[in-house]
Amino acid sequence: MKLAVMVNEGPYTHQASDTAYSFIRAALDAGHEIFRVFFYHDGVHNGTRLTTPPQDDRHIVNRWSELSEAHDLDLVVCVAAAQRRGIVDPDEAKRNGKDSDNIAPGFRISGLGQLIEAGVQADRLLVFGD
Amino acid sequence: MSETKKFMYINRRPPYGTVYPLEGLEVVLIGAAFEQEVCMAFISDGVFQLKQGQDTTDTGMKNFSPTYRALGDYEVTRLYVERESLEERGLTEADLMPLTWEDEDDDWAEKPSIQIVSRTQLSDLLEEQDVVFNF
Repeated sequence: MKLAVMVNEGPYTHQASDTAYSFIRAALDAGHEIFRVFFYHDGVHNGTRLTTPPQDDRHIVNRWSELSEAHDLDLVVCVAAAQRRGIVDPDEAKRNGKDSDNIAPGFRISGLGQLIEAGVQADRLLVFGD
Repeated sequence: MSETKKFMYINRRPPYGTVYPLEGLEVVLIGAAFEQEVCMAFISDGVFQLKQGQDTTDTGMKNFSPTYRALGDYEVTRLYVERESLEERGLTEADLMPLTWEDEDDDWAEKPSIQIVSRTQLSDLLEEQDVVFNF
């Protein structure tokens, strides 16, 4: 089955991101295709490489980056939600006159159309988080 | 992208207090360009999103309620409001913004976008959907 996933909460505060990650791993193991993972609302905070959790805890952001690299996952951060919350890639930094960027490897910033397209193209859209 | 799916956007939170209703509305407006079969549902405290006379002056929040009036122009013409949610909050349809759309197949007649439906009817509508967003 072709699946799309929407993640609506940031890392650590809520378990939504962990659950989405576990679900995707299980779905991939079961032979399903992940069309796209779309990060919206505070979910965009999953995409900052500046995250530094304690060493004895899971690194949620790095985990997404590694999963993306291993399975060629399309991790999309919503541009409007990202701008509000300070998630920035090099292009956005230049466009908005910021002195740096913080997007994590494997993530890309794009528009809400990517979410709708995922809803249209996938057999199921699964939403994680409030 | 020739396939058409049924999209429902469920709104269940009050308009202010969290950013979910505002960001949810942004999804609806962008989604309108994809020519899918779209409707919105307002349940629970979400019915307050359509209340007339919203004034956010003292809160420093952006009053985005005028955006709902634009939905008709985006061909989002079916806004289902749950009757029980209204009643539980002491509201009636008269408390809601008079939202309309123009039907090009009926000489651009202005028609109401808001439909008051029962919890049971909404449950049936939900059953029909292909893609459901929940804000």
